[in-house]
Amino acid sequence: MEYSEKVMDHFMNPRNVGVIEDASGVGQVGNLKCGDIMKVYLKIENGRIEDAKFKTFGCGAAVATSSMATELVKGKTLQEALEVTNKAVMEALDGLPPVKVHCSCLAEEALHAALWDYAQKNQMEIHGLKAPVEDIDELHQNENED
Amino acid sequence: MTTKIYMDNAATTPVRDEVFDAILPYFKEYYGNASSVYSIAKESKKALEKAREQVAKGIGAKTEEIYFTAGGSESDNMALRGVAEALKTKGNHIITTKIEHHAILHTCEYLEKNGYEVTYLPVDEFGKIRLEELESSIRPETILISVMFANNEIGTIQPVGEIGKIAEKHGILFHTDAVQAVGHVPIHVEEMKIDLLSMSGHKLGGPKGIGAIYIRKGVPVQPLIFGGAQEKKKRAGTENIAGIVGLGKAVELATAEMSVETKRLLHLRDQLISGILEKVPYSRLNGHPTDRLPGNCNISFSYIEGESMLLLLDAIGVAASSGSACTSGSLDPSHVLMAIGLPHGVAHGSLRLTLDRGNTEEDVNFVLKKIPEIVQKLRDMSPLYEEIVNKKA
Repeated sequence: MEYSEKVMDHFMNPRNVGVIEDASGVGQVGNLKCGDIMKVYLKIENGRIEDAKFKTFGCGAAVATSSMATELVKGKTLQEALEVTNKAVMEALDGLPPVKVHCSCLAEEALHAALWDYAQKNQMEIHGLKAPVEDIDELHQNENED
Repeated sequence: MTTKIYMDNAATTPVRDEVFDAILPYFKEYYGNASSVYSIAKESKKALEKAREQVAKGIGAKTEEIYFTAGGSESDNMALRGVAEALKTKGNHIITTKIEHHAILHTCEYLEKNGYEVTYLPVDEFGKIRLEELESSIRPETILISVMFANNEIGTIQPVGEIGKIAEKHGILFHTDAVQAVGHVPIHVEEMKIDLLSMSGHKLGGPKGIGAIYIRKGVPVQPLIFGGAQEKKKRAGTENIAGIVGLGKAVELATAEMSVETKRLLHLRDQLISGILEKVPYSRLNGHPTDRLPGNCNISFSYIEGESMLLLLDAIGVAASSGSACTSGSLDPSHVLMAIGLPHGVAHGSLRLTLDRGNTEEDVNFVLKKIPEIVQKLRDMSPLYEEIVNKKA
């Protein structure tokens, strides 16, 4: 298993690590069982994501996808942000090893959870956004190779 | 980044210079098939028997009780399947542990699918089995007890001599997977009442692809590989003479140097363990504090994940390993760390550093300087650590 140069760059020098104190939306997904937890903070102004920060407990792929996903959503409208899917993040990183693909789902789920939090707080609806899944592991259980 | 400091000696070791030199002539000079009659083949035969003697001496066995195999996994398979098959009219129950290598566990699963019953003994927080539990698991149909000598992940050494006594008392065969132990801790199959023992060449400065199984004289083992009459018909196939010579030499050297090398390693290991525990808060030692392999250091760091640590260590030229799920390609952390009762989060944050001959005090000091920085970098990124810091504030 080998990571692409882009993955290694985003792992070694992750962008947007941190916390936004007055975040407009916060989302946390993952659990300790599978060993990946990601928390995303979004600062949203006039329907646009002004800033995004993250904290992630996880492997190299989890950190790199967190970094890339937060990079990709910055400056986007809420609707555009929904297009930052795990596939888009993975492509931006020049791919992930097959056993690591499930890690990229974490970034998408965390972004969606943060957007959902924002929508709830502001009593609005973002077209195409669903409530976050309680335990994303359940979705990916059958990817277990062992 | 090239690896400057290799601390993954439980995974494999570099071939020692003396071993390499001993092996070389058996590729092009003495290439004869040991089963042939001409002069050049006699050299192969001689080398084969010399290596058998070296291996036997290293574990207190008789020369004729050593059979060469292609490695630890084959030896483990042969011990379990070979005894199960040979004793199937006597019984169908095997006792092993939850922390065995997959070469044992997956073989047991195979046997379970084929009519055998297996008891997997739990271990205590240090990774040791409880002798009373072993003894009470014995049934009239128990045919084999297989308990590893020393664990590959956490380094815990089992009370092998005591297990041997229990097995003998009940007339049950005792196998031990000693892949991590041979050449690293004293082993005497007679004194420890061991009936079968698995070993591997590449864990002690020998080559990969060579191993051996000790089978006490008179113990019935059905072969796995049929063919020629090599290894007294227990293991067919033209002998891997170069590998065998390498294994013999490696065992001889390791046995001769053990007391001096163990002392040196224990000093380094304990420096590494106490240094890390002292410098890094929320860290814990996995495995037994004293009954552990002289080169094994396994520590869990809360709130961070193992693979991330390995990548950051690799970036500064340090090779190590982890029991994190992400390093195994599965979603579950190591079965050994789960068996000693670690919560998932703590198991994911484990780091194994295994020292051997190549490691120096400078290596240990370098790693001791870097690990706190690496852990902190990852904790600063961790939402779990953030919660702890916020709670304290």
